[in-house]
Amino acid sequence: MANFYTDNPDLKLHLSHPLMRKIVELKERGFSDAEKFDYAPINFEDAIDNYDRVLEIVGDLCGGLIHDNAEGVDHEGPTVKDGRVTYASGTLENLEACRKAGLMGMAMPRRFGGLNFPITPYIMAADIVSRADTGFENLWGLQDCAETLYEFGSKDQHERFIPRVCQGETMSMDLTEPDAGSDLQSVMLKATEQPDGTWRLNGVKRFITNGDSDIHLVLARSEEGTTDGRGLSMFIYDKRDGGVNVRRIENKMGIKGSPTCELVYKNAKAELCGSRRLGLIKYVMALMNSARLGIAAQAVGVSEIAYREALAYARDRKQFGKAIIEFPAVYEMLAVMKAKLDASRCLLYETARYVDVYKAYEDISRDRSLSAEERQEMKKYTRLADALTPMVKGMGSEYCNQNAYDCIQIHGGSGLMKDYACERVYRDARITSIYEGTTQLQVVAAIRHVTTGTYKGLMDTYAAMEISPELKPIADRCATMVELYEKAIATVNERKAEAPELGDFMARRLVEMAGNIIMTYLLITDASRYSSESMARSAEVYCNLAESEVTRHSEFIEKFSPADIACYKA
Amino acid sequence: MSLNIIVLAKQVPDTRNVGKDAMKEDGTINRAALTAIFNPEDLNALEQAIRLKEKNPGSTVTLLTMGLPRAAEIIREAIYRGADTGIVLTDRVLGGADTLATSYSLAQAVKKIGHYDIILGGRQAIDGDTAQVGPQIAEKLGIPQVTYAEEIVDLSNGHVIVKRRLEHGVETVKAPLPCVVTVNGSAAECRPRNAKRVMKYKYAVSPSEMDKLSDQVKAIVEKRPELQLKEWGAAFVEADPEQIGLPGSPTKVKAIENVVFTAKESRRLSDNDAEIEDLVKELIANHTIG
Repeated sequence: MANFYTDNPDLKLHLSHPLMRKIVELKERGFSDAEKFDYAPINFEDAIDNYDRVLEIVGDLCGGLIHDNAEGVDHEGPTVKDGRVTYASGTLENLEACRKAGLMGMAMPRRFGGLNFPITPYIMAADIVSRADTGFENLWGLQDCAETLYEFGSKDQHERFIPRVCQGETMSMDLTEPDAGSDLQSVMLKATEQPDGTWRLNGVKRFITNGDSDIHLVLARSEEGTTDGRGLSMFIYDKRDGGVNVRRIENKMGIKGSPTCELVYKNAKAELCGSRRLGLIKYVMALMNSARLGIAAQAVGVSEIAYREALAYARDRKQFGKAIIEFPAVYEMLAVMKAKLDASRCLLYETARYVDVYKAYEDISRDRSLSAEERQEMKKYTRLADALTPMVKGMGSEYCNQNAYDCIQIHGGSGLMKDYACERVYRDARITSIYEGTTQLQVVAAIRHVTTGTYKGLMDTYAAMEISPELKPIADRCATMVELYEKAIATVNERKAEAPELGDFMARRLVEMAGNIIMTYLLITDASRYSSESMARSAEVYCNLAESEVTRHSEFIEKFSPADIACYKA
Repeated sequence: MSLNIIVLAKQVPDTRNVGKDAMKEDGTINRAALTAIFNPEDLNALEQAIRLKEKNPGSTVTLLTMGLPRAAEIIREAIYRGADTGIVLTDRVLGGADTLATSYSLAQAVKKIGHYDIILGGRQAIDGDTAQVGPQIAEKLGIPQVTYAEEIVDLSNGHVIVKRRLEHGVETVKAPLPCVVTVNGSAAECRPRNAKRVMKYKYAVSPSEMDKLSDQVKAIVEKRPELQLKEWGAAFVEADPEQIGLPGSPTKVKAIENVVFTAKESRRLSDNDAEIEDLVKELIANHTIG
């Protein structure tokens, strides 16, 4: 039986990144938990060993049960009756196994029954789960709503809800409504305060993943008469209280095992989480950021399965007397798939580490005030995480779609048949570039880091790092790409005067250029650090791709006349 | 009611993933080339034991295994899934045992454990495929046995009700406690390792493994009794030297032959249903299928 952690040695390499020491030390705060909890680590090595062992459990479950159930779950799907959702039988088995394995509430503090894992190994688990069953990753991954509850809920709410999540109750985030998708400021669900301090929710939510969950985080309008984001607050709805019914579940193209629900709130009792009016502008933004990292992990998992399915088929399938992998047209496709996979994975874990550092500081700041130096560090890593999260979500999800497309292409006619996993992978991939903010919205979040220079700062940092001599030529090519990137930014800035929309129009190109360069740098620095030959190969392949992309975008931007925007306008 | 549950388990070479070098030239198993695993049906037995423990708070599950000192690995595996502790019965003089000597040695160990309500084990081990050890232990202890168990339906008032999976159906039987129950591969699969238990018990070691630990970890093991696995020898379980190991094993291997199946016969059928049906009947009659 396959183990999806141990059969993928790159994962363990990423776990050995030097920044992990800082992360573990911040997270474990002098390893003081070891006195109180018999499963807490005693030192850094012990903590890493714990992550490794737990990921092995994840890999074991994913390579066996969850992978084996994926096809059945896709066919059977969830059902709804009398307002309640029943998962597909395979999904129920998967959830039960995850509960028994203690894989819920992984990142929550031990005092609530969690494992106190940093984000990096947790995200690694998400990467592995998604490879086994992308739709199931949603249900399992919604445990990171608990993080938002932890960050913004009261002590009393922590004690009442987080242990339940650690024991395996599921969560959902009820944000979207029929008229509030990308534009969450338009949320209408009405929250009314009661004399006893509790609230009642009335209205409809749509497209809610796992909408019949045990504990919901709900975005609702608490301030009557308001119409924008500042009138929205976040609430906790406990299914045990009742009042929310599932009116229907969507019949989707992909991630069919994950129920997407339309919810009707009829005077549903709820409690406020955090402060009024900060629901969207603070809490949901934080929630979205961690959810985006989760989707990036999901996307990398899809890229992985797409690559593996394609590789296996290309080795097996013979035409013209030889395996099709021997044809340049096929092996090129496979090498590019692998390069995109490796590049997005390097970016995923780089982002996860940045998130880890700033979240650990944030958590420490809940107990004591940080020193000036610590505050500075927290600020730095928050900014880096803010910059890389939309990049990895946006580009990682696009890459997994490209990989799923190429996976079908390599299967030829067989790729269209239900007999192979690749058609499911193709359908499952599609949502990753849509939910938790479309790729276009990721660009909106990322573009300020082009203009403020966060990305350039990172490029400079990577360029100063030591790399193995044989990868030096790639570093030099990166430097040339950086020049093109800077020139493109300058050009767009200059010509903005002629067409104010030019900045938005070119934003995706600029963000992708930054992404191409950063991922190339990450591949060479990681390949050097881990002495990984496969990463070095991917670095060569990815650099070729990145260079052609950066050049293409650069040409487009330099040659583009702002007046031409008129030709594109609807 | 709290129970003392013993699970008999064996560390076996993984014969399900056999590579080219799985057999030595002389036809014996090349143990070095095969990974050592928890015998699959013993895992089914362990799951039944953990379920009993869940239903009967305060119960303990003790894993008993005979083998090399490294068999402590499967005790840890069992603890990660929910067992409480374990004993490795290991001794040079126990080596080379056939099923008779093995069951004698294990029965002695069970007697040493003393109080027990139920003994569970896999139906058979994948290296020997005899299915004899469980029943023989029951005989030596003078207690009832239920074989081919698929599910422990109930355990109360000094009796256990067991659903058995037989060739042509199922049978539900009741037996007085204590008794031996051997569990079939068709029973519920064993639960996964639990993350917290893995972190908590990863340093659980038998005395002979202590030396490999760092001083810091050694200190932890010494402080926490639940991390101290037991290792028993033949003398400790008061085994009669004549009945253990090679001297206690009447089974003698004369020769092992490496048989390679080659299809010699083939028959061509026309595509009418009658002929196919006849063939199916014939295959059932000669036990090729069914």
